[in-house]
Amino acid sequence: MPLNRDFIGREYPAAETYEVSRELIRRFAEAIGDDNPAYVDVDAAKALGHPDVIAPPTFLTVLGFRYSDAGPITDPDFGLDYSLVVHGEQRFVHHRPVRAGDVLSVSTSVVDIRDAGRNELFTTKTAVTAGGEPVADLFSAIVSRGTAARAGEPA
Amino acid sequence: MTTRVRYDDVTVGTELPAQQFQATRARLVQYAGASGDFNVIHWNERIAKSVGLPDVIAHGMFTMAEAGRVVTDWVGDPAAVVEYGVRFSTPVPVPDDDVGTTLAVRGTVAEKLDGNLVAIDLDARVDDSKVLVRARAVVRLD
Repeated sequence: MPLNRDFIGREYPAAETYEVSRELIRRFAEAIGDDNPAYVDVDAAKALGHPDVIAPPTFLTVLGFRYSDAGPITDPDFGLDYSLVVHGEQRFVHHRPVRAGDVLSVSTSVVDIRDAGRNELFTTKTAVTAGGEPVADLFSAIVSRGTAARAGEPA
Repeated sequence: MTTRVRYDDVTVGTELPAQQFQATRARLVQYAGASGDFNVIHWNERIAKSVGLPDVIAHGMFTMAEAGRVVTDWVGDPAAVVEYGVRFSTPVPVPDDDVGTTLAVRGTVAEKLDGNLVAIDLDARVDDSKVLVRARAVVRLD
């Protein structure tokens, strides 16, 4: 079943902030096997000019899962079947590094939904700020396999 | 911010040190916990195969994170990364053994931009297949 295109343009500000801790950053860095000291060693991070340890460039992927219950993905009216979903594209634009101690405000909007052959492509933008200061923008394209309106028609 | 590589020392075509990364089942479980992505296709072989996948597959974001290490290890300070984007072209199956799947990543300086910015194109492969396309990081160098 096709996705509900009425969702284009809708914005979902997260009701709660996301608090970044040294331990969350450490756990993420360990999971990707990255021993860069800037992620775990406060003195090493300070030597680079940062006030505290910083997060790896893809760390903010955690936000999508933290707030998934408040966005379109789990809204029955949107019509997304999660078992048909694959990640198509991802892009991070960093205005400054994420640091331990950050209290992040997160808002996701649905940028576009369109057919891509038999599939549908669903694009979101997530704006991440801390105390009003831009931290990062995340652009994500999700592929919904075989749900395009014309997918069921003979070729 | 302090980068190990200087803008003036970089030319288009400069190759970053290539690296290989292992994706194992244990690693995917660890990544699921750290990222919050508990999609069953990343840890349950029975369900992965039932939806038409060859095996359990790595999280796309795990592959993206590993590929990015070629860039952050090169610059030293990960804060140098101002932009990083990829398109996921092929799933990365991860077998139930102790070796896992080897991801081979190369990076090349593609463009020198204003403001001490440098664009790096990444090539990430499993065997001979590209698993990421249009993988590009932009870093700000000293």
